[in-house]
Amino acid sequence: MTEPIVEALDVVKLLGKGAAQVQALKGVSLALNGGELTLLMGPSGSGKTTLLSILGCMLTPTRGSVRMGGRSTEGVGPEELAKLRREHVGFVFQSYHLFPTLTAADNVRLALDVRGDNSARAIAKTKDALAIVGLAHKAEAFPLELSGGEQQRVAIARAIVGQPSAVLADEPTASLDGENGNAVMTLLAEIAKDRSRGVLVVAHDPRILRFADRVVHIEDGSIVREERGGAAVKAVKKDEGDCAIHDHAEKHDGVQE
Amino acid sequence: MSLIYRLASRNLFHDRLRFIATVVGVVFSIVLVTVQLGLYLGFGRVVTTMIDHAAADLWIMPLGTKCFEDPSTLDERRRFQALSINGVAQATPVVIGYADWRIPEGGTSPVFIVGSDLRADGLLPWNLVEGSLDALAIPGGVAIDRSYFDRLGVSGVGDSAEIRGHKVEVRAVTNGIRSFTTTPYVFTTLDRGRTYTGISANKATYFLVRISPGADAESVRRGLKANLSDVDVLTTAEFRDRSRSFWLFGTGAGFALLAGALLGMIVGTVIVAQTLYSSTKDHLNEFATLRAIGSSSVYIHKVIICQALISAVIGFCLAAGIGLIVVAATADTALPVVMTPTLTLVLFLLTLAMCVVSAIAAILQVTRIDPVTVFTR
Repeated sequence: MTEPIVEALDVVKLLGKGAAQVQALKGVSLALNGGELTLLMGPSGSGKTTLLSILGCMLTPTRGSVRMGGRSTEGVGPEELAKLRREHVGFVFQSYHLFPTLTAADNVRLALDVRGDNSARAIAKTKDALAIVGLAHKAEAFPLELSGGEQQRVAIARAIVGQPSAVLADEPTASLDGENGNAVMTLLAEIAKDRSRGVLVVAHDPRILRFADRVVHIEDGSIVREERGGAAVKAVKKDEGDCAIHDHAEKHDGVQE
Repeated sequence: MSLIYRLASRNLFHDRLRFIATVVGVVFSIVLVTVQLGLYLGFGRVVTTMIDHAAADLWIMPLGTKCFEDPSTLDERRRFQALSINGVAQATPVVIGYADWRIPEGGTSPVFIVGSDLRADGLLPWNLVEGSLDALAIPGGVAIDRSYFDRLGVSGVGDSAEIRGHKVEVRAVTNGIRSFTTTPYVFTTLDRGRTYTGISANKATYFLVRISPGADAESVRRGLKANLSDVDVLTTAEFRDRSRSFWLFGTGAGFALLAGALLGMIVGTVIVAQTLYSSTKDHLNEFATLRAIGSSSVYIHKVIICQALISAVIGFCLAAGIGLIVVAATADTALPVVMTPTLTLVLFLLTLAMCVVSAIAAILQVTRIDPVTVFTR
C-alpha cells in the first residue's frame, strides 16, 4: 500500500482562549490518498475547514500529528509550513481569491512565482494549466471579466500548476450555479485520477457527492462515518433520495474498480 | 520577470488617489530636503567664495581667526619675516573690513572692503564685465558687482560715491560676486583699502603666501609657524574648512538647514508609511492568499518594498524636476540652492531609504497575517 499524500493522526485542535476556547477537532485521523477524490462533509461548525487547514499546513494541531510528503509537521515553524504548502499543496477557495489586478495567466503563474520559478518554462506551464481548465483563450482576461465558474477554474489552474500532490478545495462550488458547479467538480475529479495526487473537497452541497471516491462525515469535531465508492453514494441516496447521483456513482465506482 | 513588480505596481496604481497622495508626500518631502541640503551646500560655497578666488598656497592670519570676514589685523613686519623663510616666494598683504558707502543721492549703505596689491596676485576682483583691473590704480578707483548698483546708487563705470570722506569712482564692474551677508563687496587697492577701513598703513588682515616652485608646502608652513608668533598658517583648503565650519556651525545656520532636511525626511516617512500601511491593509486578503498558496514572508515583504521603491522612484523624479527649477530660480541670488551630482545621488538614496523605512509598518502588519483568514473572507 502506498503512503498517504497527507495524513492527520489523532489530531486535536483547540481554538480561542480562556472561556471562549473550543475544541474544534477531537482526535481526528484522516489520510488523503493519491488517485482519490475525498469529500469531507459536515454541518457548519463541525470542524471541516479546521481539518482542511491542518491538512494543508496552514494550522498546526494542538495535539496529534500531521505528515505531509512523508514528513511530520511537528515543531515546524510558519516559514517551513509555507514551504510545505508551496511544494505539496494546491488550494481552491470558495470565493476564488484571485488577484483582481492580475490577468488570469498571471494569477496562475503566481503559484509558480512564489516557488521562485519565473523562467520561460513557468509561462509554458501556466498556459498548460489554463488549457487543462479550458481557459487558454481567457489567459489575458482579468478576474472581473470572467464569470464565477471561470474564476473558479482559474483558481483550480493556479492550484495545479505547481504539480502539488494534494489539492485541497474549500466549498469550491458554493458560489456557483449547478452547471458551473458540475464543471468545477468534473475538473477536480479529473485531477484526482492522477495517482500521484489526492483531492480533498470540503462541501455542503449533496449534488457533488457523485464525484466522490470517498465521503468522510465530520460532526462536532469528530469523524462519524466514512464511505467509499458506491457505498458512499448509496448512503447518500438513502439520505437524500437522489437517484441521479446514485447512477453516476455506480459508473464512477466501476472506474475505481 | 518575477510577478513581484507587476503585483506591487498594480497594487499601487489600483487606488490612484492614494497613489497620488503617496507621491505628493515623497515629492513634498524630497523637495524640502533638496532645498535645505542645496542651501547648505550653497551657503558652504558662498561663505568661502573669497578664499576660493584668492591666489594663495598658504594664508597667514591673526591667531584664532574664525572666518574670512574676521577683521583682526597683523603687523606688516610679519610679512618680511615670512619672506625670509625658505620656500616663500611671495607674501601679498590683503586688508578687509566694513565701511559705509555714501550714496550720491543721499544715505549710506554698509560695504565690505577688500584691498589688495594690484601688482601681485592677491585677492583681485574676477568676472569683470566692465572696466579693467588696471583702472583700479586710478585714484579713488573701486570695483563693485553690478547686482548692487541699486543698493549703492550707481549705474556703471564712471559713477562716484564716498567712503570715509574719500571720493570713490567705479572703475570696474563684476558679475556674480555676491555676498551671503548681503553687504556688497568693494574691491580696491591695498592702500585705499586701509584708508577706507581705517586700518593703519603698517597693518594687514592676511598675507597670502605663494610657495617657490619645488618647495614643500608642509615644510614651508612649519617654517612659518616656527618663526612667526601669534599667527595661524593655513592652507587654502584648511581656511576654507574653518570658515565654512564657523558660518555653518558656529552660527547655527548649518544646524538649522540640516534640521529642516531631517524634518522633511520625517514628514515624508510618516506620509509614505501611512499610505503604504493603508494600502497594505486594503490588500490584506491578497497577502493572506499569497501566504496560503505558500509564499514565504520574504516574497510578501518584497512586494511591499517594491511598492515603496516604485513610489520612491516616481516621487524622486518629480522632486528632482522641481529641485532643478528651484536651483535655476535661485542661481543669481545671494544664497543659491546648489545641486551637485553627489547631492542628487544622496537625495535618491535618501528617498529610497525613506520609502523602505516607511514600509516597515506595512511589513509588520503582513508578518502577523494568518493564512487561515482566507477561509473566512
